[in-house]
Amino acid sequence: MIAAVHTSSVVLVVAVFLASAVEMVEALTIVLAVGVTRGWRTALSGAAGAVVVLGALVTAVGPALVHVPLSVLRLAVGGLLLVFGLQWLRKAVLRAAGLKAKHDEDAIFAEQVAELSGGSSPGGGPGTPAGAAGQGQSRRSGSLDRTGLVVAFKGVFLEGLEVVVVVLTLGSTSHDVPLAALAAGAAVVLVAVVGLAVARQLSSVPENAMKMAVGLMLVSFGTFWSGEGVHVHWPGADAAIVALVAFYGLAAWLLVRLLAARPRPIAERVAEVEHA
Amino acid sequence: MRERSWPVRAVAGFGRFWVDFLVGDTPELFVGAVLALGIAAGVAASGSVGASVVAVAFLPLAVLGVLSASLLRARRGGSG
Repeated sequence: MIAAVHTSSVVLVVAVFLASAVEMVEALTIVLAVGVTRGWRTALSGAAGAVVVLGALVTAVGPALVHVPLSVLRLAVGGLLLVFGLQWLRKAVLRAAGLKAKHDEDAIFAEQVAELSGGSSPGGGPGTPAGAAGQGQSRRSGSLDRTGLVVAFKGVFLEGLEVVVVVLTLGSTSHDVPLAALAAGAAVVLVAVVGLAVARQLSSVPENAMKMAVGLMLVSFGTFWSGEGVHVHWPGADAAIVALVAFYGLAAWLLVRLLAARPRPIAERVAEVEHA
Repeated sequence: MRERSWPVRAVAGFGRFWVDFLVGDTPELFVGAVLALGIAAGVAASGSVGASVVAVAFLPLAVLGVLSASLLRARRGGSG
Protein backbone atom coordinates (compact mmCIF):
# COMPACT_ATOMS: atom_id res chain seq x y z
CA MET A 1 0.00 0.00 0.00
CA ILE A 2 2.82 2.36 1.01
CA ALA A 3 4.72 1.42 -2.15
CA ALA A 4 1.59 2.13 -4.24
CA VAL A 5 1.11 5.53 -2.58
CA HIS A 6 4.79 6.39 -3.17
CA THR A 7 4.56 5.27 -6.79
CA SER A 8 1.51 7.47 -7.26
CA SER A 9 3.29 10.47 -5.67
CA VAL A 10 6.38 9.99 -7.83
CA VAL A 11 4.27 9.79 -11.01
CA LEU A 12 2.30 12.87 -9.84
CA VAL A 13 5.48 14.91 -9.25
CA VAL A 14 7.06 13.85 -12.56
CA ALA A 15 3.87 14.56 -14.55
CA VAL A 16 3.28 17.99 -13.00
CA PHE A 17 6.97 18.94 -13.21
CA LEU A 18 7.29 18.05 -16.90
CA ALA A 19 3.96 19.63 -17.89
CA SER A 20 4.86 22.84 -16.04
CA ALA A 21 8.35 22.92 -17.53
CA VAL A 22 7.01 22.61 -21.10
CA GLU A 23 4.44 25.37 -20.58
CA MET A 24 7.00 27.62 -18.88
CA VAL A 25 9.46 27.24 -21.78
CA GLU A 26 6.70 28.57 -24.05
CA ALA A 27 5.89 31.43 -21.65
CA LEU A 28 9.58 32.29 -21.22
CA THR A 29 10.00 32.61 -25.00
CA ILE A 30 7.35 35.35 -25.02
CA VAL A 31 8.77 37.11 -21.94
CA LEU A 32 12.29 37.10 -23.44
CA ALA A 33 10.94 38.52 -26.71
CA VAL A 34 9.13 41.30 -24.83
CA GLY A 35 12.21 41.96 -22.67
CA VAL A 36 14.53 42.30 -25.67
CA THR A 37 12.19 44.58 -27.66
CA ARG A 38 10.21 46.50 -25.01
CA GLY A 39 12.45 46.53 -21.98
CA TRP A 40 12.88 44.09 -19.09
CA ARG A 41 10.82 46.13 -16.64
CA THR A 42 7.78 45.82 -18.90
CA ALA A 43 8.35 42.09 -19.55
CA LEU A 44 8.88 41.21 -15.89
CA SER A 45 5.94 43.36 -14.74
CA GLY A 46 3.59 41.61 -17.19
CA ALA A 47 4.88 38.18 -16.14
CA ALA A 48 4.64 39.02 -12.43
CA GLY A 49 1.07 40.27 -12.86
CA ALA A 50 0.07 37.01 -14.52
CA VAL A 51 1.74 34.96 -11.75
CA VAL A 52 -0.19 36.91 -9.10
CA VAL A 53 -3.55 36.34 -10.86
CA LEU A 54 -2.76 32.64 -11.35
CA GLY A 55 -1.76 32.32 -7.69
CA ALA A 56 -5.06 33.90 -6.64
CA LEU A 57 -6.90 31.43 -8.89
CA VAL A 58 -5.22 28.40 -7.28
CA THR A 59 -5.85 29.80 -3.78
CA ALA A 60 -9.54 30.38 -4.57
CA VAL A 61 -10.34 27.18 -6.47
CA GLY A 62 -7.99 24.69 -4.71
CA PRO A 63 -9.71 24.49 -1.29
CA ALA A 64 -13.20 24.46 -2.91
CA LEU A 65 -12.38 21.17 -4.67
CA VAL A 66 -12.21 19.40 -1.29
CA HIS A 67 -16.01 19.82 -0.93
CA VAL A 68 -16.86 18.10 -4.24
CA PRO A 69 -17.95 14.40 -3.84
CA LEU A 70 -15.00 12.13 -4.63
CA SER A 71 -16.63 10.08 -7.44
CA VAL A 72 -17.82 13.27 -9.21
CA LEU A 73 -14.38 14.83 -8.79
CA ARG A 74 -12.65 11.72 -10.14
CA LEU A 75 -14.93 11.51 -13.18
CA ALA A 76 -14.72 15.24 -14.01
CA VAL A 77 -11.00 15.56 -13.36
CA GLY A 78 -10.19 12.20 -14.94
CA GLY A 79 -12.18 13.08 -18.05
CA LEU A 80 -10.46 16.46 -18.24
CA LEU A 81 -7.01 14.89 -17.90
CA LEU A 82 -7.88 12.21 -20.44
CA VAL A 83 -8.97 14.67 -23.15
CA PHE A 84 -6.12 17.09 -22.37
CA GLY A 85 -3.57 14.24 -22.32
CA LEU A 86 -4.86 12.79 -25.59
CA GLN A 87 -4.32 16.18 -27.26
CA TRP A 88 -0.70 16.33 -26.00
CA LEU A 89 0.03 12.71 -26.90
CA ARG A 90 -1.48 13.09 -30.38
CA LYS A 91 0.70 16.13 -31.15
CA ALA A 92 3.82 14.45 -29.74
CA VAL A 93 3.22 11.28 -31.80
CA LEU A 94 2.61 13.32 -34.98
CA ARG A 95 5.81 15.31 -34.37
CA ALA A 96 7.88 12.22 -33.57
CA ALA A 97 6.59 10.56 -36.77
CA GLY A 98 7.56 13.63 -38.81
CA LEU A 99 3.96 14.48 -39.75
CA LYS A 100 3.92 17.79 -37.88
CA ALA A 101 6.59 20.46 -37.53
CA LYS A 102 8.34 20.44 -34.18
CA HIS A 103 7.74 23.36 -31.85
CA ASP A 104 10.59 25.72 -32.68
CA GLU A 105 11.16 28.16 -29.81
CA ASP A 106 13.84 30.03 -31.80
CA ALA A 107 11.37 30.66 -34.64
CA ILE A 108 8.63 31.70 -32.18
CA PHE A 109 11.10 34.03 -30.43
CA ALA A 110 12.12 35.62 -33.77
CA GLU A 111 8.46 35.99 -34.77
CA GLN A 112 7.56 37.66 -31.45
CA VAL A 113 10.55 40.01 -31.68
CA ALA A 114 9.63 40.96 -35.26
CA GLU A 115 6.00 41.58 -34.27
CA LEU A 116 6.90 43.67 -31.24
CA SER A 117 9.58 45.74 -32.93
CA GLY A 118 8.16 46.11 -36.43
CA GLY A 119 4.51 45.07 -36.45
CA SER A 120 1.55 47.32 -35.92
CA SER A 121 -0.82 47.33 -33.02
CA PRO A 122 -3.85 49.40 -32.13
CA GLY A 123 -3.34 52.62 -30.23
CA GLY A 124 0.17 53.50 -31.25
CA GLY A 125 1.79 50.12 -31.70
CA PRO A 126 5.46 49.66 -32.38
CA GLY A 127 5.03 49.82 -36.14
CA THR A 128 3.47 53.25 -36.04
CA PRO A 129 5.51 56.42 -35.55
CA ALA A 130 3.69 57.02 -32.26
CA GLY A 131 4.36 53.46 -31.18
CA ALA A 132 8.04 53.59 -32.09
CA ALA A 133 8.41 56.89 -30.31
CA GLY A 134 6.54 55.56 -27.31
CA GLN A 135 8.70 52.46 -27.28
CA GLY A 136 11.91 54.46 -27.28
CA GLN A 137 10.54 56.85 -24.69
CA SER A 138 9.37 54.06 -22.36
CA ARG A 139 12.77 52.36 -22.60
CA ARG A 140 14.60 55.59 -21.87
CA SER A 141 12.38 56.62 -18.99
CA GLY A 142 12.02 53.10 -17.64
CA SER A 143 8.23 53.45 -17.73
CA LEU A 144 5.98 50.54 -18.71
CA ASP A 145 5.06 49.89 -22.33
CA ARG A 146 1.38 48.97 -22.67
CA THR A 147 1.67 46.60 -25.65
CA GLY A 148 4.66 44.77 -24.17
CA LEU A 149 2.93 44.52 -20.79
CA VAL A 150 -0.20 42.97 -22.34
CA VAL A 151 1.81 40.51 -24.47
CA ALA A 152 3.92 39.37 -21.49
CA PHE A 153 0.86 39.09 -19.22
CA LYS A 154 -1.18 37.16 -21.78
CA GLY A 155 1.69 34.80 -22.63
CA VAL A 156 2.40 33.89 -19.02
CA PHE A 157 -1.28 33.80 -18.02
CA LEU A 158 -2.44 31.50 -20.85
CA GLU A 159 0.51 29.09 -20.54
CA GLY A 160 0.24 29.27 -16.75
CA LEU A 161 -3.47 28.51 -16.84
CA GLU A 162 -2.69 25.09 -18.30
CA VAL A 163 -0.22 24.52 -15.45
CA VAL A 164 -2.94 25.52 -12.96
CA VAL A 165 -5.40 23.04 -14.49
CA VAL A 166 -2.80 20.24 -14.31
CA VAL A 167 -1.85 21.12 -10.71
CA LEU A 168 -5.46 21.30 -9.50
CA THR A 169 -6.67 18.20 -11.34
CA LEU A 170 -3.73 15.89 -10.62
CA GLY A 171 -3.24 17.32 -7.14
CA SER A 172 -6.88 17.01 -6.06
CA THR A 173 -7.34 13.43 -7.31
CA SER A 174 -4.11 12.39 -5.61
CA HIS A 175 -5.18 14.29 -2.45
CA ASP A 176 -1.99 16.31 -2.62
CA VAL A 177 -2.47 19.73 -4.21
CA PRO A 178 0.51 21.17 -2.20
CA LEU A 179 2.87 18.48 -3.60
CA ALA A 180 1.61 19.16 -7.14
CA ALA A 181 2.01 22.93 -6.61
CA LEU A 182 5.53 22.36 -5.25
CA ALA A 183 6.47 20.32 -8.35
CA ALA A 184 5.07 23.05 -10.62
CA GLY A 185 6.88 25.75 -8.64
CA ALA A 186 10.17 23.86 -8.94
CA ALA A 187 9.68 23.58 -12.70
CA VAL A 188 8.89 27.29 -13.03
CA VAL A 189 12.01 28.28 -11.04
CA LEU A 190 14.24 25.82 -12.93
CA VAL A 191 13.02 26.96 -16.36
CA ALA A 192 13.35 30.64 -15.36
CA VAL A 193 16.92 30.18 -14.09
CA VAL A 194 18.07 27.97 -17.00
CA GLY A 195 16.15 30.11 -19.50
CA LEU A 196 17.78 33.32 -18.35
CA ALA A 197 21.19 31.65 -18.36
CA VAL A 198 20.86 30.29 -21.89
CA ALA A 199 18.58 33.09 -23.12
CA ARG A 200 17.47 32.64 -26.72
CA GLN A 201 18.59 29.00 -26.87
CA LEU A 202 15.31 27.50 -25.75
CA SER A 203 15.18 25.32 -28.86
CA SER A 204 17.81 23.09 -27.24
CA VAL A 205 15.18 21.92 -24.72
CA PRO A 206 13.95 18.45 -25.81
CA GLU A 207 10.37 19.71 -25.84
CA ASN A 208 8.75 16.94 -27.89
CA ALA A 209 10.21 14.19 -25.71
CA MET A 210 8.90 16.03 -22.64
CA LYS A 211 5.50 16.50 -24.27
CA MET A 212 5.36 12.79 -25.12
CA ALA A 213 6.13 11.88 -21.48
CA VAL A 214 3.55 14.34 -20.14
CA GLY A 215 0.94 13.17 -22.64
CA LEU A 216 1.51 9.54 -21.57
CA MET A 217 1.16 10.41 -17.91
CA LEU A 218 -1.91 12.62 -18.34
CA VAL A 219 -3.68 9.95 -20.43
CA SER A 220 -2.73 7.28 -17.85
CA PHE A 221 -3.91 9.38 -14.90
CA GLY A 222 -7.01 10.38 -16.87
CA THR A 223 -7.90 6.77 -17.72
CA PHE A 224 -7.34 5.69 -14.12
CA TRP A 225 -9.30 8.46 -12.40
CA SER A 226 -12.17 8.65 -14.88
CA GLY A 227 -12.39 4.84 -14.66
CA GLU A 228 -12.61 5.07 -10.88
CA GLY A 229 -15.28 7.75 -11.33
CA VAL A 230 -17.48 5.34 -13.32
CA HIS A 231 -16.79 2.51 -10.80
CA VAL A 232 -14.18 0.56 -12.75
CA HIS A 233 -12.12 -1.34 -10.14
CA TRP A 234 -8.49 -1.38 -11.26
CA PRO A 235 -6.43 -4.39 -10.21
CA GLY A 236 -3.56 -3.34 -7.93
CA ALA A 237 -5.23 0.01 -7.09
CA ASP A 238 -2.84 2.97 -7.66
CA ALA A 239 -0.15 0.67 -9.06
CA ALA A 240 -2.38 0.27 -12.14
CA ILE A 241 -1.26 3.79 -13.17
CA VAL A 242 2.24 2.46 -13.83
CA ALA A 243 0.80 -0.39 -15.94
CA LEU A 244 -1.27 2.15 -17.89
CA VAL A 245 1.83 4.33 -18.51
CA ALA A 246 3.66 1.25 -19.83
CA PHE A 247 0.69 0.22 -22.01
CA TYR A 248 0.24 3.68 -23.56
CA GLY A 249 4.03 4.10 -23.90
CA LEU A 250 4.31 0.93 -25.92
CA ALA A 251 1.27 1.89 -28.00
CA ALA A 252 2.68 5.39 -28.70
CA TRP A 253 6.02 3.89 -29.78
CA LEU A 254 4.21 1.52 -32.17
CA LEU A 255 2.02 4.35 -33.53
CA VAL A 256 5.09 6.53 -34.21
CA ARG A 257 6.78 3.68 -36.08
CA LEU A 258 3.63 2.87 -38.07
CA LEU A 259 2.95 6.49 -39.03
CA ALA A 260 6.58 7.17 -39.91
CA ALA A 261 6.85 4.02 -42.01
CA ARG A 262 3.62 4.44 -44.00
CA PRO A 263 3.96 6.30 -47.31
CA ARG A 264 2.11 9.57 -47.56
CA PRO A 265 -1.19 9.66 -49.48
CA ILE A 266 -0.84 9.85 -53.30
CA ALA A 267 -2.81 13.13 -53.53
CA GLU A 268 -0.32 14.79 -51.17
CA ARG A 269 2.66 13.62 -53.24
CA VAL A 270 1.01 14.72 -56.50
CA ALA A 271 0.41 18.19 -55.03
CA GLU A 272 4.06 18.36 -53.99
CA VAL A 273 5.26 17.45 -57.50
CA GLU A 274 2.92 20.06 -59.04
CA HIS A 275 4.29 22.74 -56.73
CA ALA A 276 7.93 21.82 -57.45
CA MET B 1 -23.54 47.64 -33.50
CA ARG B 2 -23.84 47.90 -29.69
CA GLU B 3 -20.93 46.55 -27.70
CA ARG B 4 -21.66 43.76 -25.25
CA SER B 5 -21.28 44.50 -21.55
CA TRP B 6 -18.20 43.18 -19.74
CA PRO B 7 -20.01 40.38 -17.80
CA VAL B 8 -21.35 38.98 -21.09
CA ARG B 9 -17.90 39.24 -22.67
CA ALA B 10 -16.32 37.60 -19.61
CA VAL B 11 -18.77 34.66 -19.69
CA ALA B 12 -18.35 34.28 -23.47
CA GLY B 13 -14.57 34.38 -23.08
CA PHE B 14 -14.70 31.81 -20.28
CA GLY B 15 -16.87 29.50 -22.42
CA ARG B 16 -14.59 29.96 -25.42
CA PHE B 17 -11.55 29.08 -23.31
CA TRP B 18 -13.08 25.76 -22.21
CA VAL B 19 -14.30 24.86 -25.71
CA ASP B 20 -10.83 25.60 -27.13
CA PHE B 21 -9.22 23.77 -24.22
CA LEU B 22 -11.33 20.59 -24.46
CA VAL B 23 -12.41 20.43 -28.10
CA GLY B 24 -10.10 22.67 -30.14
CA ASP B 25 -9.43 21.28 -33.60
CA THR B 26 -9.74 17.66 -32.45
CA PRO B 27 -13.45 17.14 -31.59
CA GLU B 28 -13.00 13.39 -32.22
CA LEU B 29 -10.81 13.13 -29.09
CA PHE B 30 -13.44 14.79 -26.89
CA VAL B 31 -16.40 12.85 -28.34
CA GLY B 32 -14.43 9.57 -28.36
CA ALA B 33 -13.32 9.94 -24.74
CA VAL B 34 -16.88 10.75 -23.59
CA LEU B 35 -18.26 7.75 -25.51
CA ALA B 36 -15.58 5.41 -24.12
CA LEU B 37 -16.32 6.56 -20.57
CA GLY B 38 -20.07 6.20 -21.12
CA ILE B 39 -19.72 2.62 -22.37
CA ALA B 40 -17.29 1.73 -19.54
CA ALA B 41 -19.78 3.18 -17.03
CA GLY B 42 -22.57 1.09 -18.58
CA VAL B 43 -20.52 -2.10 -18.48
CA ALA B 44 -19.35 -1.50 -14.89
CA ALA B 45 -22.90 -0.73 -13.74
CA SER B 46 -24.43 -3.79 -15.44
CA GLY B 47 -23.44 -5.94 -12.49
CA SER B 48 -23.00 -9.00 -14.70
CA VAL B 49 -20.31 -11.61 -13.97
CA GLY B 50 -16.92 -10.37 -15.16
CA ALA B 51 -18.24 -6.85 -15.91
CA SER B 52 -15.41 -5.26 -13.92
CA VAL B 53 -12.76 -7.22 -15.83
CA VAL B 54 -14.37 -6.25 -19.15
CA ALA B 55 -14.49 -2.57 -18.12
CA VAL B 56 -10.81 -2.66 -17.01
CA ALA B 57 -9.76 -4.07 -20.37
CA PHE B 58 -12.17 -1.98 -22.42
CA LEU B 59 -11.29 1.53 -21.22
CA PRO B 60 -7.55 1.64 -22.15
CA LEU B 61 -8.24 -0.13 -25.45
CA ALA B 62 -11.05 2.31 -26.30
CA VAL B 63 -8.82 5.28 -25.44
CA LEU B 64 -6.11 3.84 -27.68
CA GLY B 65 -8.69 3.39 -30.45
CA VAL B 66 -9.76 7.05 -30.13
CA LEU B 67 -6.12 8.22 -30.31
CA SER B 68 -5.40 5.99 -33.33
CA ALA B 69 -8.49 7.25 -35.17
CA SER B 70 -7.49 10.87 -34.53
CA LEU B 71 -3.94 10.19 -35.74
CA LEU B 72 -5.29 8.60 -38.92
CA ARG B 73 -7.52 11.62 -39.45
CA ALA B 74 -4.47 13.89 -39.12
CA ARG B 75 -2.51 11.60 -41.47
CA ARG B 76 -5.21 12.05 -44.11
CA GLY B 77 -5.03 15.82 -43.63
CA GLY B 78 -8.26 16.20 -41.66
CA SER B 79 -6.61 18.17 -38.87
CA GLY B 80 -3.13 19.29 -37.89
